[in-house]
Amino acid sequence: MFPFMRWPYPIRYDLESDLTTDVLVLGGGIAGCWAAISVAKRGMKVVVVDKADVVISGAGGAGCDHWLNTPNPCSKLTAEEIVEWECRTNGGYYNGLSRYIAARESYDTLLELEKMGAKVRDTEDEFKGAAFRDEKTKFLFAYDYENKFNFRVWGAGTKHEENFKVVLYNECKRLGVEIHNRVQVTSLLTEGGEQGARVVGATGVNIRTGEFFVFKAKATIICLSRPQRIWRFVSELSGLPPTRPHTCIGNGHAIAWRAGAEFTLMEKSITYHGWTDAQGYPCVHAQNAESSAHGCTMVDANGKEVPWVDRDGRVLKTVAERFRPAPGQKYLGERATNYEHRLPGLIPDLMERVRKGDFTLPFYVDLPGISEEERRVIWNMMIKQEGKYKWTTVDTFERAGFDPAKHQPQNYDLMVKGPVNWWQEQYRRFGEGGDCGGLVVDWNLRTNLEGLYSAGDQLFASNYHYHAATTGRYAGRKAADYVLRVSEPVITRRQVDDEKTRVYASLKREDGVGWKELNAASAMIMSKYCGNYKNEELMKIGLWSLRKMEEEDALTAYSSDPHKLGRTLDVLDIITICQMIIHASMARKASSKFLNFHRLDYPEVDPPKWHKFITIRQEKGRVIVGELPTDFWGPPKENYEAHNRDYVGLVKE
Amino acid sequence: MPNTIGKEVYAFPNPPAPHRPVIFDPDICNGCNKCLACQMDVIYPNPEKDKPPILMFADECWYCGSCVDICPRPGAIRVNHPLMQRPIWRDRTMGKLYRL
Repeated sequence: MFPFMRWPYPIRYDLESDLTTDVLVLGGGIAGCWAAISVAKRGMKVVVVDKADVVISGAGGAGCDHWLNTPNPCSKLTAEEIVEWECRTNGGYYNGLSRYIAARESYDTLLELEKMGAKVRDTEDEFKGAAFRDEKTKFLFAYDYENKFNFRVWGAGTKHEENFKVVLYNECKRLGVEIHNRVQVTSLLTEGGEQGARVVGATGVNIRTGEFFVFKAKATIICLSRPQRIWRFVSELSGLPPTRPHTCIGNGHAIAWRAGAEFTLMEKSITYHGWTDAQGYPCVHAQNAESSAHGCTMVDANGKEVPWVDRDGRVLKTVAERFRPAPGQKYLGERATNYEHRLPGLIPDLMERVRKGDFTLPFYVDLPGISEEERRVIWNMMIKQEGKYKWTTVDTFERAGFDPAKHQPQNYDLMVKGPVNWWQEQYRRFGEGGDCGGLVVDWNLRTNLEGLYSAGDQLFASNYHYHAATTGRYAGRKAADYVLRVSEPVITRRQVDDEKTRVYASLKREDGVGWKELNAASAMIMSKYCGNYKNEELMKIGLWSLRKMEEEDALTAYSSDPHKLGRTLDVLDIITICQMIIHASMARKASSKFLNFHRLDYPEVDPPKWHKFITIRQEKGRVIVGELPTDFWGPPKENYEAHNRDYVGLVKE
Repeated sequence: MPNTIGKEVYAFPNPPAPHRPVIFDPDICNGCNKCLACQMDVIYPNPEKDKPPILMFADECWYCGSCVDICPRPGAIRVNHPLMQRPIWRDRTMGKLYRL
């Protein structure tokens, strides 16, 4: 019933390993692996630290179904044009810098990945002659068959060895990258132990053995994904969460904040639609006409077809039409909500028409009703290759007798988009989807701290596998350049000792509060005092409650083994991040549609004078609020080229 | 739950839920422990050699299926879909409903 056994790993509490490297990569996900490969190819020593096992760890560990925003020989679109949809959709609150870097180098990155052994084109001619295939290169495209800048790829692989993450892991091994699995990063070390000083390494703890690690490095690249479990934490019945494992809780945000790094967009969140845990509908299966099953016909309970329309309301009868821009439209941007780049979709007044009786719930995805080719590419590529759905959906469904040529999956996505009540609105999502707040970086992907670089989901307003890969590869290059001209780092012993005391504290307690209850409590504070409805007074109480938790309850947190120690440290980081979010939210004294940010005391929505990034950082323990214009990175093409004169890509322009 | 009728009854806390997000087939699994690479580190080695690993922290599983993907023996592990999220589909021609 209950597994109960002697701890299977050697216990090494208080034992310390000290390691030295040129470049330290924190987080061995997609960005981290690419960064490490980039450094190792320049002949430098690189160490990767990951709290899971790099072979399959991270949000991109289970697969990748599409490689986005990629200018390439099959497309006429330029990098400048391609990043435009994200800027428009987010009202300017987007990371024009990292998105542009990603667009400029994502095709090179894809080809480099292919050289390592990944499958990125239809070499077996499985989709020969299909409308979404380029016959010469054998690349498959998604979303926009005319402009061809989103690739369908085999990220989960047809066999395990082909999984993109496994390919990257093997390349890391081949290049001699030193990997430390199951080591959770707990802090950044700075020169003199000072907040805001040069980053000289990090500390970590092994969550199987409890051993303490001190890493000394000339440069550090932080790729630790993004926060989750801020507004809601269900300790049991976690269900089928959307895109990122529970290991991604924002350790990087918390440790960089403590070290004095600058963040932005921390006040942005997404309204909760009830699908981040088992209390939500299983909406990201085969049912979602807006992403994985894009373009597929949808029918109601009586088999009546729901019309697809383009941005101007023209009805699109065939599946092929749903993948073409409307007359006069330049291109289609995935998830674009702005008029210029909006994808075709189901009629926008669908729920009203349900209420009027035009359609009867529930809806079904008519996979059997579309062409064999389109069905196969949805089922075997867009769903099967997208991370976790290979086994959790495709294999599980097929074992239960599901046949996409005969069966229509029920749609749950449309059911959760009805009106929600106040309490549900208070629950928000931070890193569980979309773009969210993160580190501010410059054109070298360097943070405000010397020696600290960053890539992937750790950056503000970041998203997607292609972006993590390309920015990781880029940050590795830049960190390696820095290493060539920098002095030996010096670690301050006092900082290490203080951190060690903090890390082990919960192991030394017999009883108190467990990590799950602590997380549930911080989530409740956030939903009460920093939810959809905020004002100065609510947020002050929220901040006070979180500090009280930190000063009282967190000091009673106990961990009975190294695994639970890791989870406890996670929650302590989450409590830190909650405070960052409140600080950022208090600093923005206006409401914003694009940030999904509503202040009862400042109800004006998107007033021009607040059209700017709010930044937060710490200096000597004090919170410093700043601001940056929404285009602080300057003209992207010129700046990119000025910073990359020596870059020789795989593609000739 | 083991049947307690006619046996000694013990008191212990409720099992966490989900209880069995992944299921090992002891006839196929040879205890190679490759699945210990689990993203969440919820799978632990069996103290008995060559036996299927132990699902230690079932409530932390996020159903990524990486354990199944890395397993060299097909059928040794399968993902056990959470009960409350079992979707329904229907036959396009007959209209018959199925539940996962």
